Amino acid sequence: MGRYVVRRLLQMIPVFIGSTLLIFLMVNVMGDPIAGLCGERQCDPATAAQLKHQFGLDQPVFPQQYLTYMGNVFTGDFGTAFNGQKVTELMGTAFPVTIRLTIVAIIFEIVIGIALGVVTGLRRGRPVDTGVLLTTLVVISVPTFVTGLLLQLLLGVEWGWISPSVSPEATFDELILPGLVLASVSLAYVTRLTRTSIAENRRSDYVRTAIAKGLPRRRVITRHLLRNSLIPVVTFIGTDIGALMGGAIVTERIFNIHGVGYQLYQGILRQNSQTVVGFVTVLVLVFLVANLLVDLLYAVLDPRIRYA
Amino acid sequence: MRGITHARWAAGAVAVALAATGCGGGSSDSGGGSGSGGGVLSSSWGDPQNPLEPANTNEVQGGKVLDMIFRGLVRYNPKTAKAENMIAQSIDTKDSQNFTIKLKDGWTFSNGEKVTARSFVDAWNYGASLKNNQKNAYFFGYIDGYDKVHPESGKQSADTLSGLKVVDDHTFTVKLNQKFSGFPVTLGYAAFAPLPQAFFTDHAAWLNKPVGDGPYTIESYTKGSQMQLKKWTGYKGPDAAQNGGVTLKVYTDNNTAYTDLMAGNLDLVDDIPASQLKNVKSDLGDRYINTPAGIIQTLAFPFYDKDWNSSGAQKVRTGLSMAINRKQITETIFNNTRTPATDWTSPVLGSAGGYKSGLCGKACDYDPAEAKKLIKEGGGLPGGQVKISYNADTGSHRDWVNAVCNSINNVLGNGKACVGNPIGTFADFRNQIGQHKMTGPFRAGWQMDYPLIQDFLQPLYYTDASSNDGKWSNKQFDQLVDQANAETDLPKAVSTFQQAEGVVRDNMAAIPLWYQNGSAGYSQRLSNVALNPFSVPVYDEIKVS
Repeated sequence: MGRYVVRRLLQMIPVFIGSTLLIFLMVNVMGDPIAGLCGERQCDPATAAQLKHQFGLDQPVFPQQYLTYMGNVFTGDFGTAFNGQKVTELMGTAFPVTIRLTIVAIIFEIVIGIALGVVTGLRRGRPVDTGVLLTTLVVISVPTFVTGLLLQLLLGVEWGWISPSVSPEATFDELILPGLVLASVSLAYVTRLTRTSIAENRRSDYVRTAIAKGLPRRRVITRHLLRNSLIPVVTFIGTDIGALMGGAIVTERIFNIHGVGYQLYQGILRQNSQTVVGFVTVLVLVFLVANLLVDLLYAVLDPRIRYA
Repeated sequence: MRGITHARWAAGAVAVALAATGCGGGSSDSGGGSGSGGGVLSSSWGDPQNPLEPANTNEVQGGKVLDMIFRGLVRYNPKTAKAENMIAQSIDTKDSQNFTIKLKDGWTFSNGEKVTARSFVDAWNYGASLKNNQKNAYFFGYIDGYDKVHPESGKQSADTLSGLKVVDDHTFTVKLNQKFSGFPVTLGYAAFAPLPQAFFTDHAAWLNKPVGDGPYTIESYTKGSQMQLKKWTGYKGPDAAQNGGVTLKVYTDNNTAYTDLMAGNLDLVDDIPASQLKNVKSDLGDRYINTPAGIIQTLAFPFYDKDWNSSGAQKVRTGLSMAINRKQITETIFNNTRTPATDWTSPVLGSAGGYKSGLCGKACDYDPAEAKKLIKEGGGLPGGQVKISYNADTGSHRDWVNAVCNSINNVLGNGKACVGNPIGTFADFRNQIGQHKMTGPFRAGWQMDYPLIQDFLQPLYYTDASSNDGKWSNKQFDQLVDQANAETDLPKAVSTFQQAEGVVRDNMAAIPLWYQNGSAGYSQRLSNVALNPFSVPVYDEIKVS
């Protein structure tokens, strides 16, 4: 197990370097970021040159800019955004908000998704099952921004139950609806995944044995059936953490949440390479760690899956 | 507001949790003004792109704040756009080149410092200096010694502008490097604001909480989220705030701001999203305002491309202008929030300021037959097709470019005569323009810096001017502009500028499309809401009930 963890950690290094380099090049291929800074007017050449120098944009992208940047990143310096703020400062305000949003979304996925999955999996073909299947199909096929705007309009404007936008503090209770919207598609997948998995395992030998042993139904389901059926679901939810954090752009925009998605969106619009690269670098790390945790969880859930 | 009353009984278990959030949202807007002249209003805002310094702010969002916390020598009348003396007692000149500026007594910054001649001279020197990277540095380009403080390349050889001299606490003189009769009018621009010593001694602290001499002070500023401004009770100027303060809330999406306004969560939205223009009248009634702003949209041409600089190209450009059905596009695409342009300035200047309705003449009228004829006479479209470049990331540029192309295609009876050429980001769009990579017409928008006809012509069409992106060059035009600038008599200067504008028309240096309006909507709590000619709400005059 220990050697496996070390090997996984070592594997993360090339992935990290590769993905950050790719992002770095992609952002810089888009052209000169200074050009957009002066509005419809061309920056005067002297100021433009000075700004380029300040942001280190006057050097070749690869390897100089990339190496300097990565060197700085390891000392915790993510550079400065165009508005004069440190990128780390932006992260300090954006990440807590998005993490809260992600937690809300994940909780929805786990609680509602798995519960519905178990219920439908145990009642295959019944009206409940068909109903949930249809609903999830609708949720999956409707884009997030439609769900988001619709709920915002209904709950926020028409009925006045909630505030349509989230305050800068973005507390947990304000994030309930955005979290549900963000979770909606994944939630539907989790439901379907759990359902299939449960339905399949229900007919397996070990469940039959457990029932034959005379174990109570509840114990059969939670200890035997669920534990095995959850393996694919845990994989999905684990990798989804990264996807939710990075993919919150749409949801955050609709509800005016000033999190990672918002900063990324602003960064891309303004072609602010420091912000974009910084945030993506952290997101890459989140992805990698989440994947690692998923792999480790396998072993916990199913002792048969033990890596060397 | 409709549902709030019946929300109580309708709320189920989930709704209770959700409703709790409804109270958390509008924390700051309901807080009273604590006896300082009315309540506090909340208004939509965008995150300023640059650090908030007067000479570094070149977009509307940052400019909004500067307009609230700063007062300069001159202020533009929010209704008429006329430049009126504010801190300046007098701005005198005999030759349009040497100016003596006297200040009124009694002005202070909100931190107690006095506003003196030094506050201006230091601020302008700071703004012009190359090492401070100020994006509006070029505003000081008329002042003598600018080329030393801000050379086009290399290191600066002086730290201060030689054209600025402090005479005494309340007087300073300005020497320009050329005659410029309109100079006093430009002084209302934010870049010319005075700065307190605190700005220079502790710059970082000042940036976190800017201090100015205007009717508002900044109470708190959370970068990227919101700024709370309070009425400054010590303000002695004639335009003290009529409300207790303003909370500016950052919205990434103006649709969300509009939704918040509808839900009673926000008091003022100064940018109605294009998608809501159809319902805005029924939603807000007379709480929707739509007034002209000093913004004109044009199509510029790449004159560095010989296809567009040939002898016949002028006819092609005029023909294209006549092939665009401006009236129909402003009605259907923009719901009358834009007005077909008939000159190259803006109606907010007023006829005394240089706006001349119909100056463009027939060249701006929709005339399919004549358009077709002119384009044919001029040798047809270069390469058989025009591509209109625009940035696709913001605004509704895609919609109107397609409409303009449709109009041209219909006139020419060729579905492929005109196509849009979207460019991903604004930065890349500007980048390609800057590198002269345009091969056909491209979107050009111009928002005036100060209400002067000069600002609509010289930066855009003078040879090698800062925003002459198409590199148009015409000796006669340059000569007329120089002549107009040298004129000491303002009406004479204006009419000379209009002659220069005639040269722009005869060559069709750029196709004028439409004048842009500012649009805003507000809640029932507010009254006396108006937009100034820069399409920024006149915050100090808003009353909160």
